[in-house]
Amino acid sequence: MTHTPVHPAPAAQPDQHGHAEEHHHSPFLAHHFESSEQQFDSGKLGMWLFLVTEIMFFSGLFCAYAVYRSSHPEIFIYAHKFLDTNLGAINTVVLLVSSLTMALAVRAAQMSQRKALIINLILTLICAGGFLGIKYVEYSHKWHAGLLWAGQFHPDFSHLEGAHQEHGEPASAESSHGHTESSHDTTDPSAPRNAGIFFSIYFCLTGLHGIHILAGMGAIIWILVRSIRGDFSADYYGPVDFVGLYWHLVDLVWIYLFPLLYLIH
Amino acid sequence: MSVAYDEPEVGELLAPVPSENYLNCSHGFWSWAATVDHKRISIMYLVSVLSAFLLGGILALMIRMELWTPGRTIMDHDTYNHTFTLHGAVMTFLFIIPSIPAALGNFLLPVMIGAKDVAFPRMNLGSYYLWLGGALFLLAAIVLGGLDTGWTFYTPYSTTTNSSVITASMGVFILGFSSIFTGLNFIVTMHTMRPPWMTWFKLPLFLWAIYATSIIQVLATPVLGITLMLLIAERALGIGIFDPKLGGDPVLFQHFFWFYSHPAVYIMILPAMGVISELIAVFSRKPIFGYRFIAYSSLAIALLGFLVWGHHMFTSGQSRISAIVFSALTFTVSIPSAIKVFNWLATMYRGSILLVTPMCYALSFIFLFTIGGLTGLFLGALAVDVHLHDTYFVVAHFHYVMMGGTLVAFLGGLFYWWPKMTGRMYSETWGRIGCLGVFVAFNLTFFPQFIMGSRGMPRRYYNYPPQFQFYHQMSTVGSFLLGLSLCVVAGVLIHSLLRGRKAPANPWGAATLEWQTSSPPPLYNFDTDPVEVDPYDLESQVFDPLLGGYRLREFPARNHPDHDLASEPARV
Amino acid sequence: MAHNTITTSDEQAHADGHPHVMPLSVLLPTFAALIALTVITVSASKLSIGAAEIWVAMGIATIKATLVALYFMHLRYDKPFNALLILFSLVFAAIFVGMALVDSQAYQPEISAYDLQQPK
Repeated sequence: MTHTPVHPAPAAQPDQHGHAEEHHHSPFLAHHFESSEQQFDSGKLGMWLFLVTEIMFFSGLFCAYAVYRSSHPEIFIYAHKFLDTNLGAINTVVLLVSSLTMALAVRAAQMSQRKALIINLILTLICAGGFLGIKYVEYSHKWHAGLLWAGQFHPDFSHLEGAHQEHGEPASAESSHGHTESSHDTTDPSAPRNAGIFFSIYFCLTGLHGIHILAGMGAIIWILVRSIRGDFSADYYGPVDFVGLYWHLVDLVWIYLFPLLYLIH
Repeated sequence: MSVAYDEPEVGELLAPVPSENYLNCSHGFWSWAATVDHKRISIMYLVSVLSAFLLGGILALMIRMELWTPGRTIMDHDTYNHTFTLHGAVMTFLFIIPSIPAALGNFLLPVMIGAKDVAFPRMNLGSYYLWLGGALFLLAAIVLGGLDTGWTFYTPYSTTTNSSVITASMGVFILGFSSIFTGLNFIVTMHTMRPPWMTWFKLPLFLWAIYATSIIQVLATPVLGITLMLLIAERALGIGIFDPKLGGDPVLFQHFFWFYSHPAVYIMILPAMGVISELIAVFSRKPIFGYRFIAYSSLAIALLGFLVWGHHMFTSGQSRISAIVFSALTFTVSIPSAIKVFNWLATMYRGSILLVTPMCYALSFIFLFTIGGLTGLFLGALAVDVHLHDTYFVVAHFHYVMMGGTLVAFLGGLFYWWPKMTGRMYSETWGRIGCLGVFVAFNLTFFPQFIMGSRGMPRRYYNYPPQFQFYHQMSTVGSFLLGLSLCVVAGVLIHSLLRGRKAPANPWGAATLEWQTSSPPPLYNFDTDPVEVDPYDLESQVFDPLLGGYRLREFPARNHPDHDLASEPARV
Repeated sequence: MAHNTITTSDEQAHADGHPHVMPLSVLLPTFAALIALTVITVSASKLSIGAAEIWVAMGIATIKATLVALYFMHLRYDKPFNALLILFSLVFAAIFVGMALVDSQAYQPEISAYDLQQPK
């Protein structure tokens, strides 16, 4: 909830400020600002402060990660094998591409290139959708294998022959999904105590990140609608810039999540 | 009619000013419910937080009533657990945290910097509705099974109790976002909306305090958000991060919780200190002593406040090394608080002190906050804390800081800015009587708790050995007198609304910008741009008997009831 | 989450109404570097370098984060205060994580001793 980015009140009572109309005013200048620069700077500072709150919000989960990884490294070394490094890497690239298209969208807005802005926003949305699609594949696989958070951690190893290859390829666990014989035991004697805690942290981190992706998609759709309407130009592109900042932060979080969760050795 | 000072009809000048103000410029339910005017939002906050205070106060009286005798007096032990939890949660999250920043700060911040509104007016309204939503969730928690974890939601009890922890956590989570957005809004407003001449060191100290508060709100509150999300996930799904049965760590919950909740006590007290800085300077008729020290000490408190959270965990399984570090750091945070107290005292030294109602509250604050602050040092000392932890000593300590500090400053600020907010004066005599009552009854309520606590009476207990009964009864009598005194205070304010004399623009002779506009201010705060004045240059103000209040020495036409008709053109 | 406070005189870019437009010659190489670093971090994780691995991975992630913040988020050309804000939040996040980590490390032996007494 309430993760939609802040934005200066656009189009609200544009006629309410002063009699002195010496210079041209954007129709999006809110009544309580003296100038578009003041409005832009306020929005930008507000957005950065919002990103600060986001960093602190995620820091709680990073704290949980750090505490458990340092006190129980064996759980992380054991459990990360159930994550598919290839899918994680692909998702990293997908998000990086979306960050690039978002940066290009901001650039297009700054240069009043409406068409380029719309195209780049659509590309960003497609990447975001792709990211969630891949995430869905990963989640549904874990769901079927019973690899859930600690309270629901009932791994069904008949799904997971890779789990027994203690020193095998980290990626093999998930790629084996779907063509496994159910000839294995359903318990794993090599599993460390409380292995489920890794999946608790995994689902919290990626779940919260996924919610942020969804919120970002909502914000991008809002920007897209306004771009199609022709709201943005070199004179007024604040909302595009602010949504862009938010989107890059979501990317930044993933840049850390990927090695922390997928690249443990 | 032109401005003519030589032929005044006093009655005419003091007659109701015909000009439009923010209260009468529009009417109807939606003109309030959908307003983006920071002044109306602040009034809505004021009414809401005072309602929450009433609810929390009734719960407090129920607690005190129950403790009149050992064992059952009016409720059983389960109900008692619910009652003190809800008292704590309602008072902390619904009243104290939003009280000064959201109700007074919202009104004053833009006016004090000569702006038309906060930077994000719609977000401001959104914050208010988030507060309302959070309050509804908390009330729902009361109705649907109550809450008996204490306001701290400690695991593992909070993950196993069958009271409605999830609903209450959702409520507090939402209230947290309300607080974050208020803080964010205020920081941006202070950065971008000041007039060019108003540098950081020409800001009133109240705004420095609000700024420091906002920093804490933005940095600390998100951690409360994630903590409560994890608690909800723990209860709903069993993620196990805080649950030892699944390999989790309940002490980690306390780290999470206090990383927010210790800085949060500075969210509660810093704005109060800001109010006191204004009151002491204005009613000592002297420039504030040590402006920069007070300003920087607000920031120092905000930042040091983040480094001391472990002093809540001395006896809860925290390691010895962290306990020592946190104890040492705790003592550093007392330095900036002491700097403030000494600067207030130095300001009063050789001042011509006016014992009006707000100043009475300010003096009460200094007395009570000093006791509260010093007893905090006892609790920060490791060895002493082992003895005093979770006793009534702690209860008395934080009530001296939170109620003797924040509530008293809130009331002082409310009386000080009441004429500006409502356009009405109040009865000075009854205002002072109310203040005296609050001061005496407060001490009667909470001082015995220091004694009980130091003798080992644990907090949150429904029963107690007979030797504590005398102190408990003293405390209970005090609490009812306190309730009565607060009723007097409420009566003074309600009477002022109904029958109060019209307030002049500047009844106190203060130099901050809010007194340059009419009382109450117009919709966009100033009909003419405010004049540059140092916030503590009280010499810039001169009493004008025709106005019944002060005006700027250099600009006689300002603050005149008819100044619209003067030569200055209206801006809006 | 960039660890930097680099600012330039371009911070005034907005004051005169001309936004700082990031040239393609900066955006595209930044993107290429990000992809290259992703490949490097994946390959590095397959080498056995023991305990240093987490620090290598975090170091590469921090370089990537810095690139995103400086160029995609315009932080290098933005007002220095915004960079300061982010730095500030990182410091406080570090205090939070650091202190909690130090404490939990210090009492971990007691938990392990207790765990050993329990049947698995």
